[in-house]
Amino acid sequence: MIELLAHLGKNTRSSFSKLGRGTFFLLQCLAGIISVLPRPRLLLNQMYSVGVLSFLIISISGLFVGMVLGLQGFYILSDFGAETTLGVMVATSLVRELGPVVSALLFAGRAGSALTAEIGLMKATEQLSGMEMMAVDPIKRIISPRFLAGFLSMPLLATLFSAIGIIGGQIVGSGLLGVDEGAYWAQMQAKLDFYDDIINGVIKSVVFGFVTSWIALFEGHDAVPTSEGISRATTRTVVNSAFSILGLDFILTALMFGDD
Amino acid sequence: MGNRISCQNTLISVSNLSFSRGDKKIFDDISLEFERGKITAIMGPSGTGKTTLLKLMGGQLLPNQGSIIVDGQNVHRLRRSELYNLRKRMGMLFQSGALLTDMSVYDNVAFPLREHTKLPESMIRTLVLMKLEAVGLRGAYSLMPNELSGGMARRVALARAIVLDPMMIMYDEPFTGQDPISMGVLVHLIKALNKTLGLTSIIVSHDVHETSAIADYIYVLSGGKVVGQGTPEAIRQSDSEWVQQFMTGAADGPVHFHYPAKDYMDDLLSTGKRY
Repeated sequence: MIELLAHLGKNTRSSFSKLGRGTFFLLQCLAGIISVLPRPRLLLNQMYSVGVLSFLIISISGLFVGMVLGLQGFYILSDFGAETTLGVMVATSLVRELGPVVSALLFAGRAGSALTAEIGLMKATEQLSGMEMMAVDPIKRIISPRFLAGFLSMPLLATLFSAIGIIGGQIVGSGLLGVDEGAYWAQMQAKLDFYDDIINGVIKSVVFGFVTSWIALFEGHDAVPTSEGISRATTRTVVNSAFSILGLDFILTALMFGDD
Repeated sequence: MGNRISCQNTLISVSNLSFSRGDKKIFDDISLEFERGKITAIMGPSGTGKTTLLKLMGGQLLPNQGSIIVDGQNVHRLRRSELYNLRKRMGMLFQSGALLTDMSVYDNVAFPLREHTKLPESMIRTLVLMKLEAVGLRGAYSLMPNELSGGMARRVALARAIVLDPMMIMYDEPFTGQDPISMGVLVHLIKALNKTLGLTSIIVSHDVHETSAIADYIYVLSGGKVVGQGTPEAIRQSDSEWVQQFMTGAADGPVHFHYPAKDYMDDLLSTGKRY
């Protein structure tokens, strides 16, 4: 019993100290963004590896998610003779929920894990220490550009995911199942609100991008510099990002759409 | 073994330094002096905290007690910007080389110049090629770090460490894991650079032979204390049993061959608890 209590106490203490380290890290990272701005090249390189290289997985997944939505939506809606509203259903679910959430989960798996492993290995091979000894702040030079790149890429990727998903839904809906193409687009245009739906979806993805990049970079920077430590850190990035994304999604949805 | 009196010529002085990691005491009230223009070696077995000492000197770690004065500045009292300015004048060569793996040899050596100066690219090119020539790797400028051997990586890192023309270089285990030729090259380079660039060098190492061949002064550390100091000749003649064991590499002596354990016979005959 005492052992259990001691164990619990130890775990609580270490989680709090990790939270403290994480917050401090985030503040340093945000402060470092100022020095990234005059050097757009650093940012562009990272946007490429974090954003552009995630393009393929995001677009293919978006296409398939949209196609499945088109298929499932059609079967349900056609029972009520409402298949012309398929476009609304596909677009709303993508723009409000699936676009930001699924793309953020994919982003955490594709880019987040890569960031953690990269930073963890840089730490293990003394590259970060080496930089410090060359009087170059690794937070400003390495971490902040990556953070900013993740933060900026996420809404772009989520938007892309939704757009391709909507096309996927249209391919299945009107291409294969015979929903009128005009109705698909017109209903969507009439029902989807720019602020309520699209902007709220973008806000979600901005939040997810922020949190995922923070978790990924912090886990890498905080990793025990051994192969086992880095492998654990990478796992934690994916697991913690997924939990945070889903938890935050619930909170944000309640705040944004609670009044409807 | 008399104590050296600190004089004008001291570049770094470590005084009454204590440092512990968790419950383990790494340094217990040690004092060392490093003279300008000389090669000073810090020797001792693995795990005595030699690398930790370099990190303390570079201000990457904070001591529990004591001070480290580098060129008249107390490293741990400096503000961040002042510390960074001091570090620009302190080169450090890490054991692994610590080259940035996403850049070529050329870009690695150019890195400190690009970060700290606004020199035109043509000037950077000249400086980088000069430093690479000094370590004999001008021909390898386009290679990536993963294409280099361990010895070459260290030489590139050395070129990078001297590219800002520092006043001193700290070498962390420069000879570990090198074949005899690269070892010879590094020994020669450290000595030659120290002389031609007027550097002050600090070598942390446990390679007795190579280090004592080029060092002007040696400190031997063990168990958080300085157990011997002097010129290489004086160290070889030392009457300390410990220093003798370290210099000759005897398997048993003051440092026991066996990790502390309970009585051998008792352990063999005891039953029950499995490891």
